[in-house]
Amino acid sequence: MQLTNRAKPVEKKAMNFSERIYLPAIMKGMSITFRHMFKKEPTIRYPEQKRDFSPVYRGVHILKRDENGAERCTACGLCALSCPAEAITMTAAERQPGEENLYREEKYASKYEINMLRCIFCGLCEEACPKEAIFLSNSIAMSNYGRKDFIYGKDRLVEPVSPPAEHVNNFEEVRREKWLSDTGREK
Amino acid sequence: MLHILPLLFFQYFTTNPELILVLKVVLSIVAVISLVAVLGLFLIYMERKVAAAMQLRLGPNRVGYIGTLQTMADTLKLLTKEGFTPGESDKFMFFLAPVIVITSAVLAFAPIPFAKGYQFWNLEIGVFYVPAVASISVIGVLMGGWASNNKYSLIGAMRSGAQIVSYELSVGLSLVSIVVLTGSMNFTTIIMSQENGWWIFKGHIPVVISFVIFLIASTAEINRTPFDLSEAESELTAGFHTEYSGIQLAMFLLAEYVNMFVISAVAATLYFGGWMPLHIGHWEAFNHIMNFIPGVIWFVGKTLFVIFIIMWFRWTFPRLRIDQLLNLEWKYLMPISLVNLLLVTIITLMGWHF
Repeated sequence: MQLTNRAKPVEKKAMNFSERIYLPAIMKGMSITFRHMFKKEPTIRYPEQKRDFSPVYRGVHILKRDENGAERCTACGLCALSCPAEAITMTAAERQPGEENLYREEKYASKYEINMLRCIFCGLCEEACPKEAIFLSNSIAMSNYGRKDFIYGKDRLVEPVSPPAEHVNNFEEVRREKWLSDTGREK
Repeated sequence: MLHILPLLFFQYFTTNPELILVLKVVLSIVAVISLVAVLGLFLIYMERKVAAAMQLRLGPNRVGYIGTLQTMADTLKLLTKEGFTPGESDKFMFFLAPVIVITSAVLAFAPIPFAKGYQFWNLEIGVFYVPAVASISVIGVLMGGWASNNKYSLIGAMRSGAQIVSYELSVGLSLVSIVVLTGSMNFTTIIMSQENGWWIFKGHIPVVISFVIFLIASTAEINRTPFDLSEAESELTAGFHTEYSGIQLAMFLLAEYVNMFVISAVAATLYFGGWMPLHIGHWEAFNHIMNFIPGVIWFVGKTLFVIFIIMWFRWTFPRLRIDQLLNLEWKYLMPISLVNLLLVTIITLMGWHF
């Protein structure tokens, strides 16, 4: 049965003389491999040289601080609720007097853990967060030797103290600009 | 009395012919073994780099500067591995096979001149000696394939036997064409006959044809892709050395590269004048300038050039089928080289070469 008329019968022509002695084909093949020797190889030498991620890349989470360096997270639990993989757990605690420069509001997360083996990096936590505290950065979760090393606590999630101010406020924009300039898309 | 003791020793050593012979032999053995080791390391590195360049890759680039120590690391790894012998194998033959292969490869070094006067053995029948000794390796291959008691090994060894025995003819016939031109089988005499130009330029098209046939046939003889039917990793795991591991496997691999060097050195000597610098007829000034480059550089350069061509083959062509392989030899290369030999003989008799 023929469904279309695009099928072509296989042609098996007898080879002509130059095809039969194979020499032209051999020369052609050798010239191709010889030309390859002078081409630049597309290899990216990974640990020294890294490929840029796209601006919307969703990598490892980062817990942001506000402009004064206080943690923005209030342990409301919306991220954990929105997480389809149930990777996020947290324990809330009340801010004590004298800790105003550490935590932005009266309630904070004393424990905040993300299991990177469960996480599917969908970014729903980022969307759910009312305090703009959690973002997916553009770094990847490093490999580890044990399963328990993939449960990232606050020590690895909270961003370092006193980052550049603009980095906190317009994180997305800075990232996008950096990507544009790094990849040379900006004039 | 004591203070002339060293002098006496010196005199004894330098005047006793037996001792001098023993000393010579020991020095030669040390020289050959170190040469083989360095060659193995270097050629494997070169092969991997050439392959990478042709496949748009980088090749080894981690161990040492641009990966120069990679082969050293690989060899160390191979040497620390267990030398495994299959239970049902013929233990003695299994042990003997890699020894024979590597011995035949190393023996072929004897008559090759590395520079003017630097030759282990100035043999009158050098051109005959090299293929004769190199073909002993087929016994080792067959032995290894048989003794492994493994079907892959046996098939690989049998293919290799058929292949080496048939391609021997073409190698011999193309070597004979140069022997006819020079009237000598001595490597030094052949090199001296190229004082006014290399044979590949002096001998017209028949010599070029014989060079091409020599390259193809010798590639087949040292079991390299596209003629690596005895190994054929996509069909026979590793062919005749499937069951080998550790230092014995290292010996097989080393023998392959040593053979490649020997074949290339022979090609360089016969067709490109060995250590003879590029001379053009009676252009005395040009010849004089060329003489300033030492012979060993000419020799190594030409040999590496031929090795590069063989590697180029390997990373360009797919493997032949066994019937295609034997067809190529018996139906094409053999008749062509016979006719070519006739042409060379006519050229020599009529004195048409330069």
